[in-house]
Amino acid sequence: MATAEKYVGGGVPRKEDPKLITGQGQFLEGLTLPGMLHAALLRSPHGSARITSVDVSAAAAAEGVVAAYSGADLADEWAAGLPMAWPVTDDIRIPDHWPVAQDVARYVGDAVAVVVATSRNAALDAAELVEVDYDVLDAVVDVEAAVADGAPRVHESFDDNKSYTWALTNGEVDEAFAKADVVVKERYTQPRLIPNAMEPRAVVAQPVPSTGDFTVWSTTQIPHVAKVLFALTLGIPESQIRVIAPSDVGGGFGSKLNVYAEEALCIALARRLGKPVKWVAGRSEGYLATIHGRDQVQEIEIAATSDGDILGYRVHILAAMGAYLQLVAPGVPLLGAFLYCGCYGGEAYHFECTGVFTNTTPTDAYRGAGRPEATYAIERAIDSLAREVGVDPAEIRRRNFLPAGDMVQSPGGLAFDSADYEPALDRALELLDYDGFRSDQAERREGGGSRQIGVGFSSYVEICGLAPSQVLASLKYAAGGWDAATVRMLPTGKAEVVTGSSPHGQGHVTSWSQIAADALGIPYEDVTVLHGDTHVAPHGMNTYGSRSLAVAGVAVHNACDRVVDKARGLAAHLLEVAPEDLEYEAGTFSVKGVPDRTKSMPELAFAAWTAHSLPEDSEPGLEASCVYDPPNFTFPFGTHVAVVEVDTETGAVDLVRYIAVDDCGPVINPVIVDGQVHGGVAQGIAAALYEEATYAEDGTLETSSMVNYLVPSAAEFPSFETDRTVTPSTSNPMGVKGIGEAGTIGSAPAVINAIVDALSHLGVTDVPMPASPERVWRAIQSAQGGEA
Amino acid sequence: MIPASFDYERASSLDEALSLLAAGGEDARPLAGGHSLLPLMRLRLARPSLLVDIGGIDELRGVQDDGDSVTIGALTTHHEVAGAAALTGGSGLIAKVAEGIGDPQVRHRGTLGGSVAHADPASDLPAALLALDAEVTLAGPGGTRSVAAADFFVGPFMSAADDGEIVTGVRVPKREGWGSAYQKFQRRAQDWAIVGVAAVVNWTDSGIAGAAIGLTNMGGTPLRAHAVEAALTGTSEKAQILAAVSKVSELETPPADENASSEYRLHLAQVLISRAVAEAAGCPGMQR
Ligand SMILES: Cc1cc2nc3c(=O)[nH]c(=O)nc-3n(C[C@H](O)[C@H](O)[C@H](O)COP(=O)(O)OP(=O)(O)OC[C@H]3O[C@@H](n4cnc5c(N)ncnc54)[C@H](O)[C@@H]3O)c2cc1C
Repeated sequence: MATAEKYVGGGVPRKEDPKLITGQGQFLEGLTLPGMLHAALLRSPHGSARITSVDVSAAAAAEGVVAAYSGADLADEWAAGLPMAWPVTDDIRIPDHWPVAQDVARYVGDAVAVVVATSRNAALDAAELVEVDYDVLDAVVDVEAAVADGAPRVHESFDDNKSYTWALTNGEVDEAFAKADVVVKERYTQPRLIPNAMEPRAVVAQPVPSTGDFTVWSTTQIPHVAKVLFALTLGIPESQIRVIAPSDVGGGFGSKLNVYAEEALCIALARRLGKPVKWVAGRSEGYLATIHGRDQVQEIEIAATSDGDILGYRVHILAAMGAYLQLVAPGVPLLGAFLYCGCYGGEAYHFECTGVFTNTTPTDAYRGAGRPEATYAIERAIDSLAREVGVDPAEIRRRNFLPAGDMVQSPGGLAFDSADYEPALDRALELLDYDGFRSDQAERREGGGSRQIGVGFSSYVEICGLAPSQVLASLKYAAGGWDAATVRMLPTGKAEVVTGSSPHGQGHVTSWSQIAADALGIPYEDVTVLHGDTHVAPHGMNTYGSRSLAVAGVAVHNACDRVVDKARGLAAHLLEVAPEDLEYEAGTFSVKGVPDRTKSMPELAFAAWTAHSLPEDSEPGLEASCVYDPPNFTFPFGTHVAVVEVDTETGAVDLVRYIAVDDCGPVINPVIVDGQVHGGVAQGIAAALYEEATYAEDGTLETSSMVNYLVPSAAEFPSFETDRTVTPSTSNPMGVKGIGEAGTIGSAPAVINAIVDALSHLGVTDVPMPASPERVWRAIQSAQGGEA
Repeated sequence: MIPASFDYERASSLDEALSLLAAGGEDARPLAGGHSLLPLMRLRLARPSLLVDIGGIDELRGVQDDGDSVTIGALTTHHEVAGAAALTGGSGLIAKVAEGIGDPQVRHRGTLGGSVAHADPASDLPAALLALDAEVTLAGPGGTRSVAAADFFVGPFMSAADDGEIVTGVRVPKREGWGSAYQKFQRRAQDWAIVGVAAVVNWTDSGIAGAAIGLTNMGGTPLRAHAVEAALTGTSEKAQILAAVSKVSELETPPADENASSEYRLHLAQVLISRAVAEAAGCPGMQR
């Protein structure tokens, strides 16, 4: 396309920001409908308990209450249980998952009754009046304990707590290990994390009883997918459901990539009661009832030569699914399965993962989904290898990098679209002043004081642009990976872009406007982006897995090309020349050699609308659509560097510098990319240093609010130093890759590697995540021969 | 979450507040800055039937210089305490402590009286009041009285104040010539202390002539480390201080929670006491 890029690549201000920072965001909690009722749920306080009776009579009689139901009362509302769309193996065990538990409550937070009242307060007050008798059972909350012999079973109908085992082998693994000079074997724990979207979840379901239609507003990342699944769960024809993700959804990080009990429940209640029904989560309620992330135990072995050249990898993981299988939970470890070899070479690879039920809140995709876990394991283990063979950690990475090039085969099994890993590492080392750092470090060690410094690296590669539909089919994912766009010129020369990817904070409106404005040659301000309403944007696969730009953004780009193609025919007709005789530049067609004979896009939009004179076989209007299914994933990469100062007396870790050099291909908007990197890095550092959801043995979530689930604030971070290399992807015509999760994927191992580096002279080789002061102190004590 | 329902009255004088509380019975509670009470109500862990808002009672607000001591009204916010010019000498400890409570929003809403009355062993100000031998003044239906800080904090979230009594303020001796320091150890900038050490030290040419140390979150109440204080007196070198701080282990077993085990708390207390003492003494030779 012959357009000068005017907006793409520039840091235009985000269109979303003025309304958000002046308090004009339109969030779901603010939505009120005539006659609307409010639902409150009573949740199990037990990790595992048989429900022997539920008495809702006192609640039903309370002031303002319209109805109160147990799980059994609602049993005939469901055409199917809550959906799970990623049955990763043929023999996977999939438990029934009812929106309100009917016989057994399997985690603290499992809904056992619902009260509907005329106000939220009345509903919450009355929920306390529901009387439930429980027969409390033994719970199991830890993945390793759950697979031990004799463990309490989460689901009595299954012989044990294993849901599935999925394996992958490439090359001759045993051979690679047999000929290795060195084998390092490490075991890591990925703490359970609680996603903290700024806006808690909420849903409103509005029925039209006379027609059987429903409109569902939900704080969801996936209105289109949810629409299909609501239809299947509730037995409502899909054509009678309209799903709207409000124009502002306050973050998700994967936690709103799901179909939740409360969504299904509000629709069912609206159907029963004939009135709109709303539910809004409290923050602590969300901690129980919204998916958690991570919670894996990993074992990784690396076989290498005495020079540190990697020959092979073996990985075994146990992944907590929680009490039920949420939408894509079984597939989350698979997104990591192809990345345990990182950006490194080798001959052979074996991966095996077992998904395990525990009496905990179900897990599912949380920012990075499988990839942070994989990156953590390889980036920590390669440091162990470096120590083992006596090679510098930067050098061992360089030595093992896959060669630069297109479609580079990884031992993990996938072909990486475009690889060039050294420049990012070089740039990061340069920003750090690596030699200078090592001499500062030596000086500190010499001084022997209680503040020691360390540096940690993480050279990551990840998988974005989910996904080629045929590859998803081979992984048994139950949907496609395409996305859709429609671009429409309006009669006055403005444009509407309809996108199937539903934003919730990323800035799609800005980025899509930049792409369309350049392609159509109109001002950025003249582009409107429509999204999130299945009546407005009928096709979409929505927003997750850093896919929006690399799939839906490419669809916008292609649809613009098609609009320009159609406009060319119309321009040729009006200018009475052949289409080949026209040049297109910045929204204007001109006759080659006769530059003053032109038609601009706005002129053509008006002509297409009036339709007074159109080419033969042409229809009125200037509009085109594209449904784009990518031929391959994209594989962004980069090197992150953390510098920490550790107080060896207290174990306190101070993150002093954080350098991120990322390669996400060509950048549409550098402000947005930096924002994604900053937020992602903060979330990864949070996992490394602060956040961990813990359960008591009886299944009580101990970290029940932000008082003890330690979400860090800006005060805990240094100013991040970001830079980029630009290696275009070969997977799409724009060369773009995705940047939504890279920060989270790259950062945690860099931080922990830095802590270990700071303490290596004391003999410390590992500190578990999150590296709390006490854990760091204990690591020092045990390395020094004291008690751990 | 949303609190359970409650009644609300706003008092404009101390007398009115006392009579509203008396009329409201045992489930009536004063409301000051609300930064401890409202979070509990939101989680429905506290369910007062009546809140008597004392926030508008001007007579309970402000810092007054009484020469040897300073009187701080109960409704003085942490932010105001942090900037009070009258807090000189050892009493400057109170200002240092107030400066590090929560975040700016908490410091602009939360009050000294609320912090004292709430008697949370993890709150910062009580340990400082203890170290300074401050007195807490109270008003109730039966009149006014004052209680030494050492007698005021009787257990976790339990104080010597009776139902219906209002904390009117604290009186803090200035201890001119003494230095002070507060070492607060926390995970995040806005957190409560995992361990906090409030120290005032009288440093002379011949070393430590006197020291008082209050501990935050090391027991069911704020604690005084008397044994450490005694061992510190007469010392002047770092090695001696390190020996003295080990006496903190003679106190009750510190609590264990998700942030720290008892053992680690005890270790932290020793590190932090030695740092606080060195800082309060203002003697570089004693620091690292
Ligand atoms: C995010 C956050 C972080 C915080 N961090 C810290 C911290 O790091 N360190 C710390 O010490 N504190 C911290 N706090 C608590 C804060 O200091 C509170 O403001 C203080 O503990 C209570 O003061 P208040 O005026 O808000 O009291 P309120 O919440 O209004 O009342 C607390 C209790 O005291 C009673 N009460 C209040 N005033 C009186 C009175 N004059 N007489 C009798 N009873 C009274 C109330 O009835 C109630 O039971 C934090 C609070 C929050 C929300």
